[in-house]
Amino acid sequence: MKILVAVKRVIDYAVKVRVKPNKSGVETSNVKMSMNPFCEIALEEALRIRESGAAKEVVAVTVGPAQCADTLRTALAMGADRAVHVDAGAAPVLPLSVAKILRALVQVEQPGLLILGKQAIDDDCNQTGQMVAGLLKWPQGTFASKVVLDKEKQVATVEREVDGGLETLCLDLPAVITTDLRLNQPRYATLPNIMKAKSKVIKKVTPEELNVEIKSDLEVVQVTEPPKRKAGVIISSVDELIDKLKNEVVSCNILVSEDHD
Amino acid sequence: MARRRASQFLAGYCCSQSHSLVRRPPLCSQEPASISAPGLPHTHGKATSMFKPPSKLYRKLNSQTSCDIMQVHYSRTYGIHQRSFTSAAINIQRSPSFSKLNSDDIGYFKSMLGDKNVVQDEDRLSAANVDWMRKYKGSSQLLLLPRNTEEVSKILHHCNSRHLAIVPQGGNTGLVGGSVPVYDEVIISLASMDQIISLDKVNGILICEAGCILENLNSFLANEGFIMPLDLGAKGSCQIGGNVSTNAGGLHFIRYGSLHGNILGLEVVLADGTVLDMLGTLRKDNTGYDLKHLFIGSEGSLGIVTKVSILTPPKLLSTNLALLACKDFLSCQKLLLEAKRELGEAISAFEFMDSDAMDMVLAHMDGARNPFPSSSYNFYVLIETTGSDESYDKAKLEAFLLRSMEGGLISDGAIAQDINQASSFWQIREKLMFRKAMCWQGMSEATVKAGAVYKYDLSLPVEKLYDIVEEMRPRLGEKAKVVGYGHLGDGNLHLNIITKQYDNNILAQIEPFVYEWTSTHRGSISAEHGLGLMKADKIHYSKSPETVQLMASIKKLLDPSGILNPYKVLPQSMLQ
Repeated sequence: MKILVAVKRVIDYAVKVRVKPNKSGVETSNVKMSMNPFCEIALEEALRIRESGAAKEVVAVTVGPAQCADTLRTALAMGADRAVHVDAGAAPVLPLSVAKILRALVQVEQPGLLILGKQAIDDDCNQTGQMVAGLLKWPQGTFASKVVLDKEKQVATVEREVDGGLETLCLDLPAVITTDLRLNQPRYATLPNIMKAKSKVIKKVTPEELNVEIKSDLEVVQVTEPPKRKAGVIISSVDELIDKLKNEVVSCNILVSEDHD
Repeated sequence: MARRRASQFLAGYCCSQSHSLVRRPPLCSQEPASISAPGLPHTHGKATSMFKPPSKLYRKLNSQTSCDIMQVHYSRTYGIHQRSFTSAAINIQRSPSFSKLNSDDIGYFKSMLGDKNVVQDEDRLSAANVDWMRKYKGSSQLLLLPRNTEEVSKILHHCNSRHLAIVPQGGNTGLVGGSVPVYDEVIISLASMDQIISLDKVNGILICEAGCILENLNSFLANEGFIMPLDLGAKGSCQIGGNVSTNAGGLHFIRYGSLHGNILGLEVVLADGTVLDMLGTLRKDNTGYDLKHLFIGSEGSLGIVTKVSILTPPKLLSTNLALLACKDFLSCQKLLLEAKRELGEAISAFEFMDSDAMDMVLAHMDGARNPFPSSSYNFYVLIETTGSDESYDKAKLEAFLLRSMEGGLISDGAIAQDINQASSFWQIREKLMFRKAMCWQGMSEATVKAGAVYKYDLSLPVEKLYDIVEEMRPRLGEKAKVVGYGHLGDGNLHLNIITKQYDNNILAQIEPFVYEWTSTHRGSISAEHGLGLMKADKIHYSKSPETVQLMASIKKLLDPSGILNPYKVLPQSMLQ
């Protein structure tokens, strides 16, 4: 069985993000970029499934400009067998387009499992996995915190983190799984694997070759910073509090200190 | 027990005399006052161990009386070791030349600084009286918080005229007890002087007050595209004034060099209150004697640094970090040589640790992960490169590491793929040395968690660096675990000896052997931590008597009353 893992190149999680002065987006030049943390977890899970014997090959795929090849090299250094780079140009590609591209790739590669991170940390959309599953009409287990594969029965048991707690689903393969934080801890890229990765193949494809049209109905109009937090005001008496509530305040948080006089 | 310790100290001192660079007569034959061991009463004529141990050996930890020898006890409930405060171990008496504080002094300080900045509150004082390692405890009754240089000057002028001893205190993260009082010295804290004065954005010259915390300076500079030339594990608490006064080294020493090279100017207040304005911002200034170098590394004993002018390097974009495993120390040395040759100017850090150190961190630090879970290696090396082009630098580092691996220098290695992985590699090494007090994470606390620690900071020739660790192990045998790590790129070893509890028998096995060994190999007994209180009487292991004599003369010249950070840095005997 083949596992397809979709990864995304994003601004590194630890970087302090800044908005461009013209508010058209976020500053991405001269900023450290790395693989989306959830995608790392997805890749780690795919590697573990392969190591347990339930799968033969792990293929990493990414959609983006030329620099995304770095992310694929990291994926290969972690242990993926080969990679596919869909070069869609410099403009950011929105989830629905990514989902369409993944559908086309799935039809080419025919994997038994498609694993993605639950969301990307730059747009926080949390849409790609679900959209792909819908387009492919495949079962989906999202926010997976535990995945157990049964090779003979071709079934994946996925424990999901939902608002109410943990939900366990049984999915018939082929299926789509999106990974959440507590699924696993991704491995480091060790030198022997980096050495092996040098000989692994990165196949370049364009959306046209896959017969996918990247057209977006959405346009980012403006990106602004959230309003800065204002300092609180310390009020000395209950009367003052009532006065402020009546006359000045539209919405507020009231903190009561324990040692008031 | 104290009596035995004093005579052991004497015996050790006698032995050490024969090892020193100049042959001196053994202590017992004649007794000029200058050779008497510090702390012993000056009985001219014979060497005696007239040391009276205090009657009560058990005291509460929060006792304000200094110089108590408290019994070491292993607390089963908390699993931590409460160490006897080492102020006593140095056996120094409070100098009778210092006055005691009186209400007039307090009144004067209050009128000058304001009530808020004159602290007599017990809780705040007890925090300021104890060092980061919780090894030294003073009994100061007064903490002052001047807000500007003029107030520092007035305080010192007053203290000098009244013969009140003082301790300048920054972040209190020192490891040799140099930042806390020994007795009732007045603590002058620079914490309120935390203004950044200016930054020359073209040249990266930063002028700031001495109380600025290193991490805050780094954040400020990062916004402007610069970084501080030094980086320590203690950066969240340490202040630049303290860094300057102790000539702090740190992790990027191999790239940016010593503070002697990076500090362009200082403003220092002398013991009598004179303000020395040497706050130049020039790279080159050959007019007269360059006095600022006297104060860099003087550990607050020649003057209080109030302002710093420092050259900050530009912040380079790409940082790459690799954690490598080597099979023996020779490979580590060869790796250093190769790295310097092939990575050249791109290296910004080169650290090493042995397998015991790695095991200790992994065992005691929450969230620490072994990058090589499958096997255990003898040595681990951390190499960081910093450059301006990310993909080029990464490719260069990868190529170097793969070549080294094929050459057999490296057994295994991992390259950090993102900032999180990089910081987890750094956590393993950084927290070996330092962490904010009260926080039990990392090697330093890992060693404290595991038992009691004896720490040594040695500079040795790189070939010999690990030999001392290998020699200590058979000496101590089963009683202790000997762990070595440090800045391999600078030839600086941090030797840690971990035992179940503090024990003077074990200490006798360690000291003075470690110092003598270092001295024999022409190393330094304190590479970067300074002498402070811990090694105040040990300078002869690394400096000739003539040098120390001149240092004492300079001290007497700049601080005739000896009020600045007394009992530390130089041996008491030299200062009488």
